Amino acid sequence: MNMLNSETIRRDFPILDQQVHGRPLVYLDNAATCQKPAQVIDAMTRMYQHDYANVHRGVHTLSERSTAAYEGAREKVRKFINAASSKEIVFVRGTTEAINLVAQSYGRSNLAAGDEILITAMEHHSNIVPWQMLCQQTGAVLRVAPIDTRGELIFPEFEKLLNEKTRLVSVGHMSNALGTINPVQQIIAAAHARNVPVLLDGAQAAPHMHVDVQALDCDFYAFSGHKLYGPSGIGVLYGRQELLEAMPPYQGGGDMIRKVTFEETEYNILPYKFEAGTPSIVDTVGLGAAMDYLTEIGMDRLAAHEHELLLYATEKARKIPGLRIIGEAQQKGAILSFVLDSVHPHDIGTMLDSIGIAVRAGHHCAMPVMDFFQVPATARASFAVYNTKQEVDVLMEGIEKLIEVFA
Amino acid sequence: MFDDLRDLYQEVIFDHNRNPRNFRVMENANRKVEGFNPLCGDRLTLYLNVQDGVIKDASFQGSGCAISTASVSLMTEIVKGLTEQEAEQLFEKFRQMTTSNSEEVNLEALGKLAVLAGVREYPARVKCATLAWHTLDAALKNEQKAVSTE
Repeated sequence: MNMLNSETIRRDFPILDQQVHGRPLVYLDNAATCQKPAQVIDAMTRMYQHDYANVHRGVHTLSERSTAAYEGAREKVRKFINAASSKEIVFVRGTTEAINLVAQSYGRSNLAAGDEILITAMEHHSNIVPWQMLCQQTGAVLRVAPIDTRGELIFPEFEKLLNEKTRLVSVGHMSNALGTINPVQQIIAAAHARNVPVLLDGAQAAPHMHVDVQALDCDFYAFSGHKLYGPSGIGVLYGRQELLEAMPPYQGGGDMIRKVTFEETEYNILPYKFEAGTPSIVDTVGLGAAMDYLTEIGMDRLAAHEHELLLYATEKARKIPGLRIIGEAQQKGAILSFVLDSVHPHDIGTMLDSIGIAVRAGHHCAMPVMDFFQVPATARASFAVYNTKQEVDVLMEGIEKLIEVFA
Repeated sequence: MFDDLRDLYQEVIFDHNRNPRNFRVMENANRKVEGFNPLCGDRLTLYLNVQDGVIKDASFQGSGCAISTASVSLMTEIVKGLTEQEAEQLFEKFRQMTTSNSEEVNLEALGKLAVLAGVREYPARVKCATLAWHTLDAALKNEQKAVSTE
């Protein structure tokens, strides 16, 4: 496998070619959202300029073109995550909506008072709150498997929490706050041994590694387009066909029906049953273009590049006195979350921005993780395919300089 | 390297961040309110001793960024000796300073607090500076529940 050339890759991303506060932009907030290649932007522009109409409706040419592009994107997603059928690919607004869909459709029809949902202590709020809402509605109970000080799931504790009352396991494939990649295959095997279905929150993992839902043997997989070099407002829920077939619709409206009278409505087949209303057509096409882009690069090459960046950044960060890395799991994606003894993360964020570096400062929508590590917030640099070692150098130099200023 | 930030991070702010004034628990406080900025995790507990409508003493505990620490430190210094009404008026002036443009605001009336005027150029940081004052406002109104900037 040859290493990718990030200089060539960078030319695909028009937004990166700019100065911020008089310095070249160093964009390291990719775990929040990443930038879009011209291939995605152009595909969306072309769609609006030439082919746009509503899907699944008209007999006219533009509607047919739009439908073909929209369904073509579904097939690209299917291939990208190796689902068995495109019926298992439901387009939603993002990971959050995907998880809410499962909670409200699968959860409400399968969980009763006293049943349990099992998550981990490193989840993003969007893999906590939908389950809390479901618990309020059904009387089910949310159980949380603990993590250790490296930011790894304590798997034996997870196993102990799996019991005859567990109805669903929902875990992050990769943590947005810590970078931890969870042992999902072990998790899925343990849950399936008890006939418990597993949802993987793939918001962070899907952009950084090759995902094969059949090899994983997961029951649901949720991810967002905007973290995957595609547009915002589009995401994917993969669901095993027999589970999706049995689930009631999430929202009612157009496109999700086959026949409507005032007495009765017959729902549409999969996946349309879950896609009420006019979908985010052009965003979906943009997501398809992002899949093409990533397929051409190769997810394995992308992962190797990012891993090298992470190792390089981690090694440099460890040499900075007063810097503490939050999240040091053995299996880790390209996220470097850290705190400094002398400088609050919010000040780090503003200082780095003033020299053109975009990092995230805050709780990363994972307040329980911050509580666990007893920090109010962290600063987080997260890497993408277009980042370079030179940018890591600029970041580390910036951190060293700002420590001097605050000393 | 950080020249662009001189308006925001003035030396007075670094000084108060390194050595916050009135950073202590107040045993004889008769007002105590918690302030919280969920966005960045800043937390503070503000203590006041108010006698006959006059703020006799003010102190705080907590952790936050340099802007919020300096802001609450400066505030506890400046409100000592003010009547509750004067403190509320100062809050209003401070709020104006951090949210509107300079021509409308009389910076002289704000004294030392004027060092925080720079935050108005940084919308994401305005809450860091105003958390202390929202907490003070709640304490003066004798509200018991915690204050959140969200």
